Amino acid sequence: MSEQATEMAEQPARSTTDLVGAVEAIVFVADEPVTIKLLAEVLGEDKQAIEAAIEHLVSEYENRDSGLQIREVAGGWQIATKTEYHEEIRNFLKTRPSAKLSLAALETLAVIAYKQPVTVPEILEIRGVQSASAIKTLLEKRLIVTKGHKETVGRPMLYGTSKEFLLQFGLKDLEELPSIEDFEDLAGSMA
Amino acid sequence: MQPQPEKYNFDFKKETAEIVADSHEALSLKLGEFAGPLDLLLYLIRQEQADIFDIPIARITDEYVKYIRLMKDLDIAVAADFLVMSAQLIEIKSKMLLPRDPLAEDDEEIEDPRKELVDRLLEYEKFKSAAQMLYEKSTIEQAVFRRGKIESDDANAEISATVFDLLTVFQKVAARHKDDIKMEIQREEISLADMIRDLKKRIFEVSELSLLAFFEEMHSHRELVTAFIAVLEIVRTESVKLVQKKTFGDILLKVEPKTT
Repeated sequence: MSEQATEMAEQPARSTTDLVGAVEAIVFVADEPVTIKLLAEVLGEDKQAIEAAIEHLVSEYENRDSGLQIREVAGGWQIATKTEYHEEIRNFLKTRPSAKLSLAALETLAVIAYKQPVTVPEILEIRGVQSASAIKTLLEKRLIVTKGHKETVGRPMLYGTSKEFLLQFGLKDLEELPSIEDFEDLAGSMA
Repeated sequence: MQPQPEKYNFDFKKETAEIVADSHEALSLKLGEFAGPLDLLLYLIRQEQADIFDIPIARITDEYVKYIRLMKDLDIAVAADFLVMSAQLIEIKSKMLLPRDPLAEDDEEIEDPRKELVDRLLEYEKFKSAAQMLYEKSTIEQAVFRRGKIESDDANAEISATVFDLLTVFQKVAARHKDDIKMEIQREEISLADMIRDLKKRIFEVSELSLLAFFEEMHSHRELVTAFIAVLEIVRTESVKLVQKKTFGDILLKVEPKTT
């Protein structure tokens, strides 16, 4: 990609419509969400211009009753279908939603997402139950990754969430998660 | 809870874990899973409509112990963590039964023996709610589809393989070899150094090698392990990389193009 970037950067500046089209095309072919930075590099434009083009695209897709949307996920931009058409799509693809995570795995994932980097004993402290099999599942699904060792007795392994986590949960970044303290009122009122 | 495969579907709305008790003390169990002792405890507190900040510890402890016993009666393996919690509950209960130390000064603040437990429950409940939030997010995300693969994806989709993927391939082959009819033949074991030398020679000749096929050539467990270590060693020392094109797919050992 980087070789192409320098090559493309030498092209003359293009019109705004052209840029919007180019951004749309790249977002379409990209396998993973594309960052503003990469788009700016490849198209030889500054970030502001790219951001404006993205913004333009997003509202355009919204305004013309498209079945598609341009959205931000895992730190990049992606083209995807709108949620309201999921039934039609499933009928066409003849697939069913993939197996969901168990309650234990979800809880473990929640602890890791909010407390990362976090060790197994720290997860045990919060959940009050061994989480070994849940951690194994999460590792297999690539939702969490190891983040080195904690420099403490026994040097326990540290865990954190992965990019795949952001992708599978449709998050822009970790900041998008509601603050854990927001759950406090909710928790108190349930009891 | 106890180690178990995490593959069943859990629906937050439909399958709330629940204990159903009938009138004659004989408890019947509605199948459901408690995620842990804290989860069970929260359930019992709510069931008793008790105030979490003023837990009727004697009653809740009884209920808790009853439930654990029921699990044992039904031959459900009770995870150690559940037993730890019953011990803690009983400890709190006994502390609360003890009369206040008459020698203690009047204005001395006495900590409620339940405080630590309440703090833990509240902390846990936050994460339980966060888990539910994640569940909802993933459900929404499952309704969003990205475009289908286009042709160039296969050429580009080189998911770099991790040690974990390597182990999976290794286990696949090892499992298959287990079923082979074993014949005790004295064979010369190949040393790690020889294995590395052979593999190195071979990889630079063919420039791409399927690990599945390579492991398949091994005759014994010992050789397999040697081959596995040789692969790790070569990836570390030579300009060779591991490439996996599909999740859980075969892993290719590939010579990296010279960067000149």
